[in-house]
Amino acid sequence: MSRLICNQDKVNETNVQELINVCPFSAIEYISGKIEVNAGCKMCKICVKKGPVGVMEFIETQEIQVDKSLWKGIGVYVDHVEGVIHPVTFELIGKARELAKVVNFPVYCVFIGHDIKEKAQELLNYGVDEVFVYDYEELKDFRIEPYTAAFEDFVNKVKPSSLLVGATTIGRSLAPRVAARFRTGLTADCTILKMKENTDLVQIRPAFGGNIMAQIICPNNRPQMSTVRYKVMDAPEKLCEAKGKITICEIDKSKLTSNIEVLKVTKKEVEDNISDAEVIIAVGRGLKSEKDMAMIEELAKLLDAQVAGTRRLIEEGWIDAKKQIGLSGRTVKPKLIIALGISGAVQFTAGMNSSERIFAVNKDANASIFNVAHYGIVGDIYEIVPQLIENIKNSGAEFCVR
Amino acid sequence: MEILVCIKQVPGTSKVEVDSITGVLKRDGVDSKMNPYDLYALETALKIKEERGGLIKVITMGPPQAKDVISEAFMMGADEGALVSDRKFAGADVLATSYTISQGVKKIGEFDLILCGKQTTDGDTAQVGPEMAEYLGIPHISNVLKIIEIKEKSIIVEMDMADTVEVAEIQFPCLLTVDKDIYQPRLPSYRKKIETKDREIKMITLNDFEDKDEKKYGINGSPTQVERIFPPDVNNDRETWTGSSSQLSLKIATKLKELKFI
Repeated sequence: MSRLICNQDKVNETNVQELINVCPFSAIEYISGKIEVNAGCKMCKICVKKGPVGVMEFIETQEIQVDKSLWKGIGVYVDHVEGVIHPVTFELIGKARELAKVVNFPVYCVFIGHDIKEKAQELLNYGVDEVFVYDYEELKDFRIEPYTAAFEDFVNKVKPSSLLVGATTIGRSLAPRVAARFRTGLTADCTILKMKENTDLVQIRPAFGGNIMAQIICPNNRPQMSTVRYKVMDAPEKLCEAKGKITICEIDKSKLTSNIEVLKVTKKEVEDNISDAEVIIAVGRGLKSEKDMAMIEELAKLLDAQVAGTRRLIEEGWIDAKKQIGLSGRTVKPKLIIALGISGAVQFTAGMNSSERIFAVNKDANASIFNVAHYGIVGDIYEIVPQLIENIKNSGAEFCVR
Repeated sequence: MEILVCIKQVPGTSKVEVDSITGVLKRDGVDSKMNPYDLYALETALKIKEERGGLIKVITMGPPQAKDVISEAFMMGADEGALVSDRKFAGADVLATSYTISQGVKKIGEFDLILCGKQTTDGDTAQVGPEMAEYLGIPHISNVLKIIEIKEKSIIVEMDMADTVEVAEIQFPCLLTVDKDIYQPRLPSYRKKIETKDREIKMITLNDFEDKDEKKYGINGSPTQVERIFPPDVNNDRETWTGSSSQLSLKIATKLKELKFI
């Protein structure tokens, strides 16, 4: 049991205000001559470390340690819809292998669904040691109770030390359910994962809207669980030869009942909205004629991007008005924006300058777009774009390593 | 129909910075508000009540001043409210928080439906809803986009699955986390503010719980520990590339690949 205590005898007129101010959560109060800690306390211990010396104290008593030697391996949840494996799964396998190497652990996958036995084979090309497959008709659609039951069965059977789950719609619903069942920690949306020698998983994630990074551990519970978003980790190279094995698991069918019935699944109609786009190709007056939009569209297709433009192109009618970026259009904050032939007037940049990565191509080395671009490319879009399209096409070829 | 809505008081701004030298959190003022995503959950409850009748109870966990968000919920039309608060809950992570609220829910009594926002703006995990459902032993559906039909013993909803939209029927009792824009939240009403200004807000502490084991709450019930906090690396690099078109296009492709856009 750990607790925060206050040595009231060390509190005096001179340090009381300092103590109250040190708490970022306003959880320390001075009530009728006594220091009280209210329920707003987050146990950040700043009052112990940075407050008046000796006033606040954190008492930690030795807890019962989990026997970490009983929990081995790193498990990856295979995220899929009707057997189509989500690419975040491969990225997590890559990360799991890297983490596993530190402590000499095997890497496992748990694959839950229906008619998926053959699809499991694909996972073996990414260096997984063993894939545990739960293939039942009841698991055809993602429904929380049977999926949790299968996941639970896997954890009990294999006892993995760590579990990585993609932060997809399914993962974000399933992982917490499993974590609560095992009364263990779950860190959402980790951006960095590292393994300690003692098998503790170091989980780093942005906190408070991304202005702070928090390093989190789960030292007394197993399994340790993290979710990771797509495109955060690197996918491993595909191996030409499959390694590892597939184990078909059996589970008592009574555990696969559900109070949910999926009535209909429809493909989503995506209405393009540049405000939600992750990748945007923006074009400006550097584009000479409407027919040249074709090469822009082609590049956008290759990068899974949406096309947007400056006011000029909207006025020309080459781009829909909903796709205008800037003060008189939309504000966008994509992960990547490539500005092509845009001079970079403030009316435009105000609508995009908080994008995560900004590439800009412009002939004029003095164009103001280069003041906001992370990568400013001085060149002609009519030469660069067609070659870039070729380069991307060539790099897309699937290959494997021996 | 008994509907429970989980709400949370969050900082009014996300502009929290960490002092890189002292490692202390810098907070500008103590401004706070109701988690914006919870407004959608509350609005969903109000819409269901308008159609089917019933009672809306709101529950929150936090320090005593978190009562403010319950008063705000009253102004929007919630009927009853409870604050789960105890010093012993201090330092709770997702697991301990979910367990604490689930105990509070049990104390409040019977329910058909629990509604949560899809996530909070300060924690951003979207995990408390599903973990609560687990502790309460009820099914849940996350990311509900639309309520299609409310039946006697079940509800039909549309849920967002990234590439697909699923329509599912879920039996009561259950928990739903609703997506933003499911309904446009109404504004608090002045008339309701006057009407409800003396309405009692129930206080629930550890002593009221069925499970009074201190080890399961607050910092002691939290498996995760924050080892340290630090400011993120800010990408302020500005590079200018010049050269022939073929060099430049190759350089762009290589960089895009490195950044995982290809």
